Amino acid sequence: MTTTPFWRRYARFFGPDPVADVKDEIGFHLDAKTDELIRQGWSPAAARKEAERQFGDLRAVQRAGQQIGSKTERRRRFSDYATDLLQDVRYTFRTLRRDPGFAVVSLLILTIAIGANIAVFSVVNTLLLRPLPFPHSNELVWIAPPPSTCGWSCATYSADAYEEFRDQSRVYQDVTGYEAFTTPENVRLTGRGDSAPVTGIEVIGNFFQVLDVQPALGRLFTPEEARGPVVASSTGTSVVLLANPFWRRQFHSDPAIVGKAIELNGSPVTVVGVLPDSFDYGAVFSPGAKADLFVPVSLDTERMWGNIVTLIGRLKPSVTVAQALDDANRVGPDLYFNVKYPQSRGQYKGGLVPVPLKDYVTGKLRRSLIALWFAVGAILLIAGVNLSNLLLARAAARAKEFAMRSALGAGRGRIVRQLLMESLVLSGAGAIFGLALALVVIRWLAHQGSFALPLLSALRIDSQALGWTVVIAIFTAMIFGLLPGLRVAGGNLQAVLKDSGAGAGLGRHHERVRSVLVITEIALACVLLVSAGLLLRSFFKVLEVDLGFQPDHAASMNVEYDDSAPTRDASLAKRAAIFQEVVTRITALPGVQAAGISDYLPLGPNRSWDTPVPQGKVAAPGEMPEPLVYVVTPGFVRAMGIPLRGRDFTWSDTRNSERVVLINASAARLYWPGEDAVGKILMRDKEEDHVIGVVDDVHEESVESRTGAQIYYPATQQGPSRAQLVVRSSLPPPVLAPSVLRALRELNPNQSASEFRPIRTIVDHAISPRRFFMLLVATFAGLGLLLATLGIYGVISYSVTRQTPEIGVRMALGATTGRVQRQVIVNTLRLTLVGIGLGTVVAIAVARSIASLLFAISPWDLPCYCGMTLALLLVAIASGYLPARRASSINPMEALRNN
Amino acid sequence: MDTAKLEFLRGTLEVLILKALVWGPLHGYAITSFIRRQSEEALLVEEGTLYPALWRLESKGLLAAEWGLSENNRKAKFYRLTSEGRRQLRHEVKTWQAYAAAVAKVLAATQLPEPEEAQ
Repeated sequence: MTTTPFWRRYARFFGPDPVADVKDEIGFHLDAKTDELIRQGWSPAAARKEAERQFGDLRAVQRAGQQIGSKTERRRRFSDYATDLLQDVRYTFRTLRRDPGFAVVSLLILTIAIGANIAVFSVVNTLLLRPLPFPHSNELVWIAPPPSTCGWSCATYSADAYEEFRDQSRVYQDVTGYEAFTTPENVRLTGRGDSAPVTGIEVIGNFFQVLDVQPALGRLFTPEEARGPVVASSTGTSVVLLANPFWRRQFHSDPAIVGKAIELNGSPVTVVGVLPDSFDYGAVFSPGAKADLFVPVSLDTERMWGNIVTLIGRLKPSVTVAQALDDANRVGPDLYFNVKYPQSRGQYKGGLVPVPLKDYVTGKLRRSLIALWFAVGAILLIAGVNLSNLLLARAAARAKEFAMRSALGAGRGRIVRQLLMESLVLSGAGAIFGLALALVVIRWLAHQGSFALPLLSALRIDSQALGWTVVIAIFTAMIFGLLPGLRVAGGNLQAVLKDSGAGAGLGRHHERVRSVLVITEIALACVLLVSAGLLLRSFFKVLEVDLGFQPDHAASMNVEYDDSAPTRDASLAKRAAIFQEVVTRITALPGVQAAGISDYLPLGPNRSWDTPVPQGKVAAPGEMPEPLVYVVTPGFVRAMGIPLRGRDFTWSDTRNSERVVLINASAARLYWPGEDAVGKILMRDKEEDHVIGVVDDVHEESVESRTGAQIYYPATQQGPSRAQLVVRSSLPPPVLAPSVLRALRELNPNQSASEFRPIRTIVDHAISPRRFFMLLVATFAGLGLLLATLGIYGVISYSVTRQTPEIGVRMALGATTGRVQRQVIVNTLRLTLVGIGLGTVVAIAVARSIASLLFAISPWDLPCYCGMTLALLLVAIASGYLPARRASSINPMEALRNN
Repeated sequence: MDTAKLEFLRGTLEVLILKALVWGPLHGYAITSFIRRQSEEALLVEEGTLYPALWRLESKGLLAAEWGLSENNRKAKFYRLTSEGRRQLRHEVKTWQAYAAAVAKVLAATQLPEPEEAQ
């Protein structure tokens, strides 16, 4: 082999070509063979033919050659690429180690921004994007009437209506429901030492079959059991299903629990199964509450109680919600409230509207969640812009390094790749730390029972969240890596190499880009601050809402009592005696100002009865609303701190005396507009109720919604469904709790140690979703402000460094320190004001789009905008002050000498 | 012995190619010539198998190839051993010799060996 001639070097000028290689190689072989044959005496034409014959199947060999060739080429290219990549990574780590301050700050920013994004994505994914945790959950619909002011009683159906609806509808695989009026700790778990209060939910027997929940142990209710406990016969056995957490906590995960009997309210009940851990009743149907056990509701017993069950249907496959609505409108008018009363037919006309169960559970949160998602996305953008700034500063400082590399033969693509690799390594590391941060946050959130948000317990980092992490890590790296990369690669490298000062054209150009970045950052922070401000002020407005009662200095406890008696009257008398005893004893406790009992408390479950009509008035059916009903004892109104005009109930308002009621202001306005309601008479069928007082409107459904008519009956004349003792006292509830419990136990040794719950917590629970969103958005706004501060500081500080010689000259020519400082501050303020101007425009648009999330605050709320402007200006001055100080302390001699 | 009938055992061609390159780079045609002459015309390498074998060895990294000029100034692809190829050759030669010796021993047998006594 001789040395390669120069022209050979260009044979593959346009890159490797395996096809031509194979052809050339075989051609050479044939030529050599032909030559040899000619030497042996063959004629040239015959020799060529013989050579080709000996070679065999030329084409097959060529094909094989091309295949192997291109494979080799691919592998070589890949290994070249991998080597370069490895080199880039190694180089990245080396440069980052050289500048640990930069590495730590940028990692911190990225960790927080990416972590917040993953956490919020998980929340959004769980609440909005992911289907409900039931098989084929898109078939599940929630059937309820349009919203009204008469509470749960108007959102539920009677046992007869349920059965008729189930039988007559054609679009459902099956229909189920649960008893909607369950209150926490409504059952006593007895027979195991001290009786423990637990929450039992009554469900229609096929509840779990319709939701397609499979038991973890044992079985679900059978159709016989689904009819509910047989009341009349003592031989009928009651059955119960346990929720998984309750089984683990109370029965230590006893694997042999199925078939055993436990004691509820003193009677034995057989455990037939344990539900899976994945089934969380509260998370779906009753956010922020827990359910310990499930028993089949007895529709026969409930038949007389009116509207008691919610409706949940599983649609047949391929039936749409619109078709279901048509079907419900067909069936609705034929339903009876109670089949025994023909005139109760048609009461549910237009009152059966199926909506996807998912919409019922999380639909109200959709806007808040989307707003949250945007807020956290803005944080990511601000973080990206901030890092872009930091990297630009670094790139400027490293301009010589890149120029040198470029001069030594590195292509521009290679240098951009190097810079992108640095960003990717940074954002990758940020994503890993961010994921860890998100995991902590998510785990904490999932165990926050105090937020009344659905599905929170199902929060977890899943594969989708991981995918999202990768996406935002790459996206972030692109935002903050590409711009500095392009700038560096686009600069004039010779100029950088020649020029020794920092005042080269590259620097000036950089500064313009960086100013644009800072303005973007300020504008984004502006939008976040305004949104957070509006939400914060809404929250304070919600706190200021006059609830109609005084939630502070009051607490409540569930009172257990036994009023069983042969007749209704006897039972009533017995109960009245018990209640009087309880209230008298508790009121006599030291430190107690007032005490009373009600069956329902505000902001919780509620119900309505009947439609009272003012005496002497004839109302068409449906004209008068059903007021919400509370059955209370004397003292309750005072204990709750509800303002009252007229007189309260007394213990002498009994079954035998005149029937009396209290109504709220809304009801008074409705029944006797412009008149004094006290002393008037309300008619329920043939019975007269004397109005003895008017109380303020109490927020019963939520803090933010309007209130409807409410009516209070004395517990001494009507049947309450249970007893919630409310105690008003200046003593803190934990201090008072033992004496209250002791007093109750003296009257009833079976009284279980129920929680003594401050009324304030009921209110907090009701406003917890708003608090949740407000806190998050405010946190993000704070973060945005912090990042913007860093950004302003970075840019101003860098420009001071860059202008050191210039400032030196000016000071040498007589500029005062004050002037130099002023100049720097003015620069800062100019950037900030442009950012604020832009941000305000965007903020106004954003504020209008979140108007529906605001409460009693206009999207134009001036204090918010002023506050935002003030905050940003203050921050700008503060972050411009340090560089300004530095600028004014420049020693002109040194500055000039260094250049 | 009929030379044309001598077929290559699997893997043998690769060893022979590696061996042919021990003294320096050669092109494909020279490799066939080397094998033919060294085996005194007993082994004839078919071109249809030689080239794919060369490319495979190149692809495995046992050979490296470079374009150069042949003795009569034609452009030809020259193969040389990589260090990996050299190692492979040493290993293959050892295996091959052990194998050949074992086969030879068996074929040289003149009588049935004594049956081994069961202990």
